[in-house]
Amino acid sequence: MKIHEFQAKELLRSAGVPVPKSIVARTPEEAAAAFQELGGKLAVVKAQIHAGGRGKGTIKTNPQQRGVQLVKSADEAATVACNLLGNPLVTIQTGPAGQTVRQVLVEAGCEIARELYLGIVVDRQAASPVLMVSSEGGMDIEEVAAKTPERIFKEHFHPDHGLATFQARKLAAKLGLRGSASIRSAEKFMTALCRVFVNNDCSLTEVNPLVVTPQGELLALDAKMTFDDNALFRHPKLAELRDLAEEEPAEVRAGKAGLSYVKLDGNIGCLVNGAGLAMSTMDIIKLHGGNPANFLDVGGGANVDQVTEAFRILLSDKNVQAVLVNIFGGIMRCTTIAEAVVAAYKTVGFNVPLVVRLEGTEVDEGRKILASSGAAIISAEGLTDAAKKVVAAAKA
Amino acid sequence: MSILVDKNTRVICQGITGKVGKFHTKGCLAYGTKMVGGVTPGKAGEKVEGLQVFDTVAEAVAETGADASMIFVPPAFTADAILEAIDAGIKVVVAITEGVPVLDMARIYDRVRRSDSVLIGPNCPGVITPNECKIGIMPGYIHQPGKIGIMSRSGTLTYEAVFQTTALGLGQSTCVGLGGDPIVGTSFIDLLARFQADPKTEAILMIGEIGGTAEEEAACYVAGNVTKPVAAFIAGRTAPPGKRMGHAGAIISGGKGTAAEKLAALKAAGIEIAESPADLGQAIQRAIARKGKK
Repeated sequence: MKIHEFQAKELLRSAGVPVPKSIVARTPEEAAAAFQELGGKLAVVKAQIHAGGRGKGTIKTNPQQRGVQLVKSADEAATVACNLLGNPLVTIQTGPAGQTVRQVLVEAGCEIARELYLGIVVDRQAASPVLMVSSEGGMDIEEVAAKTPERIFKEHFHPDHGLATFQARKLAAKLGLRGSASIRSAEKFMTALCRVFVNNDCSLTEVNPLVVTPQGELLALDAKMTFDDNALFRHPKLAELRDLAEEEPAEVRAGKAGLSYVKLDGNIGCLVNGAGLAMSTMDIIKLHGGNPANFLDVGGGANVDQVTEAFRILLSDKNVQAVLVNIFGGIMRCTTIAEAVVAAYKTVGFNVPLVVRLEGTEVDEGRKILASSGAAIISAEGLTDAAKKVVAAAKA
Repeated sequence: MSILVDKNTRVICQGITGKVGKFHTKGCLAYGTKMVGGVTPGKAGEKVEGLQVFDTVAEAVAETGADASMIFVPPAFTADAILEAIDAGIKVVVAITEGVPVLDMARIYDRVRRSDSVLIGPNCPGVITPNECKIGIMPGYIHQPGKIGIMSRSGTLTYEAVFQTTALGLGQSTCVGLGGDPIVGTSFIDLLARFQADPKTEAILMIGEIGGTAEEEAACYVAGNVTKPVAAFIAGRTAPPGKRMGHAGAIISGGKGTAAEKLAALKAAGIEIAESPADLGQAIQRAIARKGKK
């Protein structure tokens, strides 16, 4: 689960991580008032959407307006807020349609001596959280990792022990943070940030840029946090920070039905059991010249209601011109899925061709149910046959 | 021979009184697995499918001589259940549970690796040596005793691999589902070493997916250490970056973990690639034929 920058900064602030003063605004008037309250000299207005790349992103209908802008008066703050609010911001991460800005963060300007990068993720290979820092603040860290990996420094830490202060000092030295004020500031900032990561079950905590002031203080100028969905059960307050407006509606709907769905831009809808098989189904469609419209895993124990809802979600995508059902019955019997497909077919009302490939437990009985249902279902033998048939059906 | 489990393996189920635990205990018994008991705290004295239930794993081990465990406890308690099994001396711990917080696994990982036990999973279908021992949720009847060692990060895709190798008459020595989470107890490399050492395994089929670098590490290991034929498939060539594809671990993040990178590493290590999920059985046949010519 992702959250907004302003929400992440609130979490950091309450955990003792230094962040600049800032106020959320949902109207131009609020933005102007926030500017005054922050001292009335200099502020930054920042569009709040979940996608990254906001600073270089532009408003779709007004390409002059970027997602992050420095302002020097209350009027200017209001104008920028007016340009941003209610309009789609297009960044490298949003896709061409952009993401509508529903709130802006007005943040007090600060003096910047240096910009650094700091991020925490789970290192899968080491099976441990890792704090990564780089002197290349404000840059795309993926690019730094690819081009100049020697400029990234890492320290692993155990969730229950946190980052040791000596580890923070090691990293501070690598970053060239010298003098007792800077070193103490780095110790405090890094250990606190690692605590935030663990205490909230984050999958990512990123501060880019991390600003060093002329006085040697560290400040989180930006903040990005993503949480482990599997751990949200023990963080009911974090779950409340979820902003459904930022998510794909069909994906939210699927989640409510216990289905795992990811929307793509092709025209062949897929309904599959199991994540690996669902991914490979997309792959084999592509291999045979088609384009998958989605990833959809109905899981191991899907019932008629879930399969019906899955079909509704698939067919609500206007790009879908054919649907492929690919089931390998294990614990889930093919008869169960066949009955669900027939029931869903009858209640949902299909206007596109449906190709079904069944294999595994009770496959013969399952195929009989499909064949005798009277539904216009194209049966497939094997994965390749299924892919070829659905690609042909989508083109017809 | 086989790896991890065989006809002598004595298995308990942690979470045996739950609906899912009960259901799959029954399935494993029906397959012929030596299920010898179960554990649910507070339910000692009850019986499930004729098996004695104990309050602790330690008591279950003392009474039944169990050396393997199948874990079905809820995600919040899975890490603790794994540690309890290891503490009791269980040698093969199979965690089926999906949805374990990743930091819970980070917390226990070092203790698991330092122990004498092997952890399979979490979020996996389990492990099976055909006609000898099934620990997990896979449909037993599609398996056939044979010569292919199968290891996979996915469930149903493993069933495809099993189905295809059975259809070709190759059969399986042992099949292991590693699990779809970012941190799991056993890696491809651990299993490559075991399959390489297992006389019954003639060739190894590896099924990976996007996310992480486990396949790249495995490719590196194969190049230096494995003399048996190896074939591989990677799911998720068409997966978009930044999106979790069902499994918690199946995500391309920070530009890393793409299918293209993995396939390049596998090819460089001389591993035969299955180009489609329909090609799993034939790919391992090609790998065997190619090694035979050399």
